[in-house]
Amino acid sequence: MKLPQLWVPDNVLWVLAAIVAVLLVASLIVAVMRRGDSTGKHAELAARVKSWWALVAIFALAISFRRGIAIAFFALLSFLALKEYLSLIPTRRADRRVLFWAYLCVPLQYWWIWQQWYNMFLIFIPVWAFLFIAMRMVLRGETHEFLRAAGTIHWGLMTMVFGLSHLAYLLVLGDGAKVAVHGAALLLFVVLLTELNDVLQYVWGRTLGRHKALESVSPKKTVEGLLGGALSTTLVSVALAPLLTPLSRTDAIAVGLMIGFGGFIGDVTISAVKRDIGVKDSGSLIPGHGGILDRIDSLLFTAPLFFHFLMYFYF
Amino acid sequence: MGALLRLLFYGVLVRTVVLIVLGLNVRHRQRLPAKGPAILAANHNSHLDAMALISLLPLRLLPRVRPVAAADYFLRNRWLAWFALKVVGIVPLNRQRQHEQDDLLAPVAAALERGDILIFFPEGSRGEPEQLAEFKSGLARIAERRPDVPVIPVYTYGLGKALPKGEWMIVPFFVDIFVGEALRFDGDRTAYMARYRSAMAALALEEKHSDWS
Repeated sequence: MKLPQLWVPDNVLWVLAAIVAVLLVASLIVAVMRRGDSTGKHAELAARVKSWWALVAIFALAISFRRGIAIAFFALLSFLALKEYLSLIPTRRADRRVLFWAYLCVPLQYWWIWQQWYNMFLIFIPVWAFLFIAMRMVLRGETHEFLRAAGTIHWGLMTMVFGLSHLAYLLVLGDGAKVAVHGAALLLFVVLLTELNDVLQYVWGRTLGRHKALESVSPKKTVEGLLGGALSTTLVSVALAPLLTPLSRTDAIAVGLMIGFGGFIGDVTISAVKRDIGVKDSGSLIPGHGGILDRIDSLLFTAPLFFHFLMYFYF
Repeated sequence: MGALLRLLFYGVLVRTVVLIVLGLNVRHRQRLPAKGPAILAANHNSHLDAMALISLLPLRLLPRVRPVAAADYFLRNRWLAWFALKVVGIVPLNRQRQHEQDDLLAPVAAALERGDILIFFPEGSRGEPEQLAEFKSGLARIAERRPDVPVIPVYTYGLGKALPKGEWMIVPFFVDIFVGEALRFDGDRTAYMARYRSAMAALALEEKHSDWS
C-alpha cells in the first residue's frame, strides 16, 4: 500500500513529533498528580490534556496532506466560530436572513485565499461585507436596535472570519516569495506559539501569580502569568524561528513578545464578550476547555498580528 | 423500502444537518430513555424539533422512535402524507373531534402499546419562535392512561431561530437541549401538568437565553 504523499516538509513533521512528546510528558505528569487522589480535583485538568490530544491530532491531520484540505479546515473552523458567536449574542429576528449572508462570507473569504487573490482577501470583509450587510439590514426596514445589531454582526465577521482567515493565507504565502519558506511551517509556528503561550500563562499564573491583571474582565489573570508566559513564549520563539520561519533573531524576539501580549489581549477580549453576554464558557464542544471561542480566542489577535508583521518585513 | 429510506433520512441527512449546520449542546443526556415505551415531551418551535430530538437517540432505536404530529397538517396531501408516514414515521393525531365518542389519543396509546418512544409536543403547534405557549393537558391524559410509561421533559432553545414557522431556509445556530427527570403520574391531571410546567421552567433557567424578537 502506498501512503498518501504529505504536503508538509520534514521540519513541520519534526515539530509535530515534538508536540506529541510534550503531550506525553504532560499526560504522565497529570497521571502522577491524580494517583491516590480520589477527590477528583484534577479532573478538569485531565479532561483538558485529553482534549489537547484530540486538538493536536485534528490539526496535524488537517495541515499535513494537501493545501486545499488545510484551507477547507480553517474555513470550517471559521464557520463553527462564527456560529458559536452568533448563537451566543442576542440577535434580532428581523436579521435571520442577514445572518445567512454573514455565513456566506466564510466560503467566499476562503475561496479568495485558495485563489491567492490578496487584495480581495484584505478588503472583502472590511469593505464589501461591511457595506452589503448594512444594506441588507436597512432594506429589511427594522430600525429598532439597528446599530447594535449591525455592530455585533460585523464584529463577528471581522474576528471569526477575517481575523482567523489570516492563518489560512499563511499557507499560500510561500508561493513565488523571495524567501524560501513553507506556508505550513509559518502556520504551525504562530498556532503553536499562541497555544503554548496560553498554557504557559496559565502555568506561571497558577504557580507564581500574586498580582491581579484586569480583574474586572477575567478574575484569574495575573501580572506574573502574563509576564512569565510572554517571556517564555519569546524564548520558544527564538528557538523555533530558525527551524520554521525566515525571522532573524531580533524579529523572533519581537514576534514572541507580540504573540505573548497579543494572545493575552485576544483571550481577555473574548472574556469581555462572554462577560457582557453573561456566560462562562462559549460552548461545550471541547471538554475541559469550553467552546471553540474559548480555545481560539488568542488566535483572533495573534494571527493577523503575525501575518502583517511577516508581510511588512519579509514578503 | 420504507425502513431503509427512514434510516437514510435520519441516519445520514438529519444527522449531517444537526451536526454541521446546527450543533447540539446536550445536558443530562443520561436521562434519555434506553428503551420504549417512553415519551419525550418537548417545547415546540420548529419542524427541526422532532429531527433534533430523534438524532439524540441511538440509530438502533430508530424503528421504535416516532414523533406524534397533527394529522390535519401532515396528511393534507398524498405526497406529504407519504413522506410523513413512511420516512419521518409520524404517529398522526387528530386535533379536533369529528364525533362525540372519538378517542383522539387512541393512536398514541396504540404506539405505546407497541413499545414505541414517542416525541410529543404538549403545546400542540409551533407558535412564535422561542416563546413557550400553553402546554395542553393531552399529555396528562396520556399519562393517566399509561402511568407506567416514563414522560421525560425536554427543553430546547435555538431551533426556532434556525427554522421558525413560515420560513423555508435553515440558518445555522447552536442549539441547547436540556433533558429533565422522568415524570410519573400520581392520579391528578392538573397537578401533573403543573409539575411538567415547573420542570420545563427549571430546565429553561439552566442557561441564560436571550429573547428573540
